[in-house]
Amino acid sequence: MMKKKENNSKKRRMEHVLSALKKDKVAIASLIFLAFIIVISLIAPLLPIDPNKTDVMNMLTPPSAEHWFGTDEVGRDYLARVIYGGRVSLLVGVLAMLASVFIGVSVGTISGYCGGIIDMILMRIVDIMSSIPWMILVTVISIFLNPGLKSIIIVIGCFTWMEIARLVRAETLSVKEREYVMYAKFVGTPFWKVILSHVIPSVFPTIIIAGTTSIAGAIMTESSLSFLGIGIQQPMSSWGSLLQSAQTNLQNALYMAFIPGLLIVCTIFAFNKLGNLLRIYMEPRVTSGEKE
Amino acid sequence: MAKYILKRILTAIPMILIITIICFTLIHMAPYDAIDSMTNPKMSQETIDLIRAKYGYDQPVYIQYIRWIQGMLGGNFGYSIVTHQNIADDLVARIPNTIKLVLPAYLTAYILSIILGLVAGSHKNKWQDKLIDGLASIGIATPTFWVAMLLIYFFGYKLKVLPILGMHTIGLESSFADYMRHFIMPYIVLTLGFLPDSIRYVRSSTITQYAEDYVMVQNAFGASKKEIMFKHVCKNVLLPVITKLGMALPMLVTGAIITETIFGWPGIGPYFIKAIQSMDYPIVMAILVLSSTLVILGNLLSDILYCVTDPRIREMG
Repeated sequence: MMKKKENNSKKRRMEHVLSALKKDKVAIASLIFLAFIIVISLIAPLLPIDPNKTDVMNMLTPPSAEHWFGTDEVGRDYLARVIYGGRVSLLVGVLAMLASVFIGVSVGTISGYCGGIIDMILMRIVDIMSSIPWMILVTVISIFLNPGLKSIIIVIGCFTWMEIARLVRAETLSVKEREYVMYAKFVGTPFWKVILSHVIPSVFPTIIIAGTTSIAGAIMTESSLSFLGIGIQQPMSSWGSLLQSAQTNLQNALYMAFIPGLLIVCTIFAFNKLGNLLRIYMEPRVTSGEKE
Repeated sequence: MAKYILKRILTAIPMILIITIICFTLIHMAPYDAIDSMTNPKMSQETIDLIRAKYGYDQPVYIQYIRWIQGMLGGNFGYSIVTHQNIADDLVARIPNTIKLVLPAYLTAYILSIILGLVAGSHKNKWQDKLIDGLASIGIATPTFWVAMLLIYFFGYKLKVLPILGMHTIGLESSFADYMRHFIMPYIVLTLGFLPDSIRYVRSSTITQYAEDYVMVQNAFGASKKEIMFKHVCKNVLLPVITKLGMALPMLVTGAIITETIFGWPGIGPYFIKAIQSMDYPIVMAILVLSSTLVILGNLLSDILYCVTDPRIREMG
């Protein structure tokens, strides 16, 4: 009986989200855009494009029928470079998000569930880490690791989980007081099992929302770092590092700066938009960004 | 109130201490020896040992830490490994340039965001709100360096009206007009960078205030829209916004790293990025300590401002 009721309420909340989605044209566009970008990134190796093939006859040519996005300073097809750059940007976004969600959720649930001294220590760590400006923190750590794909994922993942931990901890504190959790504790279910099978499912919507916005944040951080030359390194490229190399040719090849930048804006906008929409699932009263 | 402020100060001190310990550990983990910044290969081992003893690098780690802290407090941040220059002197030369850029930009963004946020929040779901909120969402998604690149292209290369690098044209150091021409582009980029977040903050707290009971009561008593807005809502929205000023303190040093780097503005930004690229650890750590201390001080300041402006917290003791 209880279960059925809960399922119904879940279904109703999902319907809220869907109806909000139908009304919101920007959100539909965001969804389609993201789906398109993700599909292109996934099937990129199957497409007849090569991001490293040089065409010496056509260097720095503006967009044309042959090269839709033009070519770069050594005659590489810019469309291919942008697609492969997007692969890297999205990969960093998703993996860094997973890392930061993993750490954030672990710290948040343990801190909220255990309380007491553990809670205090973990939350002080969160306070300290949040008080170092992220830009400084991320760059400092990146000099200890060799720059590249792996270290950028580690750096972003390990230093952006604090907000998620705070959110999850607050949720856990209220979940902890619910009867089924208290009962599970009372009958002697081991603590990790209570967390895995009761606490985490209850905070799951929060995790999804935080994850969506954290992809956007990770993509932004990655592109800033790569733009400064301390992120993704040659020969690999991401949208941020494409912008970095576009800087030198800015005067005669604006399209090289314009295209990757526009894609970053659209991608981050779309992830943020969908994250906001999902909030309706959590708090049905919230309509687009009322309570942030 | 004094008790509350004292309590906040007492919790801030250990946080700063812990951050210095973290930085010190990072310096120690770094694959370099501080002594290298003061010696050159021609010196004999004995001279090097003498210098080592003079600066206390032969002492145990905790004594070195205490000496390092003492140095920091006395304004001695150590020496760069690459240029062998005193970091404190470099910082003193550069921080004013950063402040000259960040402060006007932040204040402009602050005032604009209060106005736009209040307009958007008070016209919820009307066209004004949709426009402002839409632009703010796009603004949040836009990397500042991309805006900077587009501006450089249009004003620097296409129209050739603004210089794209530096703070002065060589030979025109004392000309204010020349300074303004260099200032305008990074200023616009930074203002646009600061704006969207604050607009959203003001907007959402305005909306929250409009949903409060007192607005309904005022409406019932026939108060005009203007009266509600300026007499009641405004006051409640602005209180937390004013306290946010404190949190902007660290911005004065690290608020413009990317923008400064693109425009070659001689502030902390290019200095820091160059230090990172050349692995100049002492500089990086000095900036790390400085900026995180400022964050903690900024939060403290904003708590104190909150306490001063909000009678409810004041009474809480």
